[in-house]
Amino acid sequence: MFGFGLIKGLSVTMRHFIESFVYDRKPWEWFTVDRYSEEWLERHQAVDGKGIFTIQYPEQKRKLPERFRFLPMLVYEENPEAPRCTACGICARVCPPQCIYIERATDDRGRPTAQPSGFWIDAVVCMSCGYCAEYCPFDAIKMNQEHETPTTDRDRDLFLDLDHLLVPVQYYAKLHPSDYEAEEAARQAKEEAKRKAAEKKKAGDGA
Amino acid sequence: MAIDLGAVEAQLNTAFPGAVVEREGDWLVLDRDRLPSIATYLRDEMGFDFLTHLSASDYADHLDVVYNVYSTRTELQGPGLSFKIRVPDRADAHVPTVTTIWKSANFQEREVWDLFGIHFDGHPDLRRILLWEGFEGHPLRKDWHEPYYEEENKPFGSRWPYAKSPQPKSAEQRVRWRANVQYPPDFDPEAWDLGADYPPLFAPKVEVNGIETEPVYLNVGPHHPSTHGVFRMVVGLQGETVTNLTPVVGHLHRNHEKIGERNLWNGNIPYTDRLDYICPMYNEFAYVVAVERMLGKEVAERAEYLRIIMGELARVVNHLLTIGFQFNELGAMMTPMIYAFTEREHVLDLFEEASGARMMHNYYRIGGVYGDVSDEWLARCRKVVSRLNRKIDEFETLLTDNEIFISRSRGVGALSWQEMVNYGVTGPVLRSAGLPYDIRKVEPYSIYDSFDFDVPTYETGDVYDRYRQRIAEARQSIKILKQALDRIPAKGAIMAGKNAWNLKVPAGELYSRVEHPKGELGFYLISHGGTNAYRYHVRSECLINLGALEAMSVGHLLADAIVILGSIDITLGEVDR
Repeated sequence: MFGFGLIKGLSVTMRHFIESFVYDRKPWEWFTVDRYSEEWLERHQAVDGKGIFTIQYPEQKRKLPERFRFLPMLVYEENPEAPRCTACGICARVCPPQCIYIERATDDRGRPTAQPSGFWIDAVVCMSCGYCAEYCPFDAIKMNQEHETPTTDRDRDLFLDLDHLLVPVQYYAKLHPSDYEAEEAARQAKEEAKRKAAEKKKAGDGA
Repeated sequence: MAIDLGAVEAQLNTAFPGAVVEREGDWLVLDRDRLPSIATYLRDEMGFDFLTHLSASDYADHLDVVYNVYSTRTELQGPGLSFKIRVPDRADAHVPTVTTIWKSANFQEREVWDLFGIHFDGHPDLRRILLWEGFEGHPLRKDWHEPYYEEENKPFGSRWPYAKSPQPKSAEQRVRWRANVQYPPDFDPEAWDLGADYPPLFAPKVEVNGIETEPVYLNVGPHHPSTHGVFRMVVGLQGETVTNLTPVVGHLHRNHEKIGERNLWNGNIPYTDRLDYICPMYNEFAYVVAVERMLGKEVAERAEYLRIIMGELARVVNHLLTIGFQFNELGAMMTPMIYAFTEREHVLDLFEEASGARMMHNYYRIGGVYGDVSDEWLARCRKVVSRLNRKIDEFETLLTDNEIFISRSRGVGALSWQEMVNYGVTGPVLRSAGLPYDIRKVEPYSIYDSFDFDVPTYETGDVYDRYRQRIAEARQSIKILKQALDRIPAKGAIMAGKNAWNLKVPAGELYSRVEHPKGELGFYLISHGGTNAYRYHVRSECLINLGALEAMSVGHLLADAIVILGSIDITLGEVDR
């Protein structure tokens, strides 16, 4: 029958329309359920969720996965004067758009030291690929998840220097807990192996 | 089944004594002057009817034009023949055109002229394609440098270890607008007239069905709600019927290939994301497969499965989105498209969890993938796959039997597969016309040969069949996904060897192609053994499929031309590169 396919198709849109009421606008939930709550979000963003899928940004925000990356940041342990970074330059060299600038520090006698005295990232050029964090051998550069960075002057505010980039290690541990734990475990295992090797050597010397 | 190059060489030399000038690895160097007759012989007598890739490379003393031809004959499908033409004179480079033999050469020769400055004698319309007339020079030549040129290769020395005095300045400050353009000596940008594209507007009147009409030239785009991005069509109309159509591309051109030649080998992976931004996962797949072929590198087994899972998810999403966009252009404003976007969100959530970004994933690595996925991820992926399966059914209920859609799309844009092959059309569009040509089957890469899936085809190649083709291919992808999710090995290595930042690739040259959701995505790479590619070329299926747009649209109504454009499925990020 001509027109049957059309009606069949419209039944799908009708079902979506009705579902948006059944699952989202239940009259008895109008005043009791907080539509901006995390539970609501989880229910509707789930793979088997039905009804309205959209999020009321910025009142509602999606939960970011742990690996989410936006701009790089530099990690320091306790003292922001002494970041983990050793100015080895791998990040600056691997960076695909070459947006990282590093100035290596020198000591009083003019010899280079394993510290950056300047570190700049041109956030306008950064393509958020995450290579700097991936290839850093000292776990010093990591990807921040702070992604709401609108400014009025990109030359001034999006050319990030050390003040913008440095974050304490606790901040990093909070953003990427499983990466942090894996790195710490690896470091402890390495130190343990070193200590054991030293002990063995000592014992050998003694004998 | 590799091609027997010696036999081809002997056959060519018998037919045309001295046709093969030289043999260079897997490439034959053919005689330049007799190219048209050799090419005709290759097409008609030897069955190489499918020219998919044509580009060039610049060496210090000469230029090479490279061709990759394949066959659609059942017994010859698979690896094709690669040959090149040597052009000794860089200042005044001439090569006979092959557009008359393979129409797919049309856009690609224009691109080579644009970027390398090689004249193709006899080409019907040799104008710049990606750049505009006021562009100085041919940018892919090695002696061409952009106005803010820093160094030949990355990494740039000015970044480390002493990037001081004066304080490094952002690229925005270094390259101010108007400081970054240069014109040919006799070119006045103010006097430049777009009108060059138009035939005279007031052509003589023609009588059609008793009504006197005159042809109208209409610009659709570059900013038009139904041109998928900044894409322009100059359409000649007689009444409402399309009489000729010229695609104008290049508005989004960013010289991707020059950037790619400067990058480190793995630095190109995030750039490929920006090609076809609807399915970045598959672009990365194509690139890493090409580099791994050069390296002869194995891939960790779990990583292979993850690659297939990501790639096929991208394919399903791409096909659903294309159908959604196609209906947008048919006038079913938004509903199918938003339904498709909902499904895409679920897949993007998966991608984001695995790779860290929703669109510019940067997930594939040379030899593996960036990160392993958890068991919860796999469980969720299974749920998403079964949801996608349900949703494809829903799309079919929603659209397939729709009488308005059928009457708008049946017979619109139909082209026989022989013609499509001549135009170099690949992907679902070609298969919808009846040729089961799928690179996953004819030239398997990765571990596709271990999966059980079919290559569906339809008969006519009209817009309706293209729609059904995409639905059928999405179902096959679901089939592959289910197998991959069942068979994926337990947690283990996801990188073969070390993930080195300054990877070196042995000297060599190859063209490698994969079955991208939109067609044949190929990478033509030359390495001189260093950490950078000497030549990096993207064979863009979107651009080459566009070459058939005029043939598909002529004789149809203007409103149908829009639908045909939508059904070809282009992404401007890849067309313009």
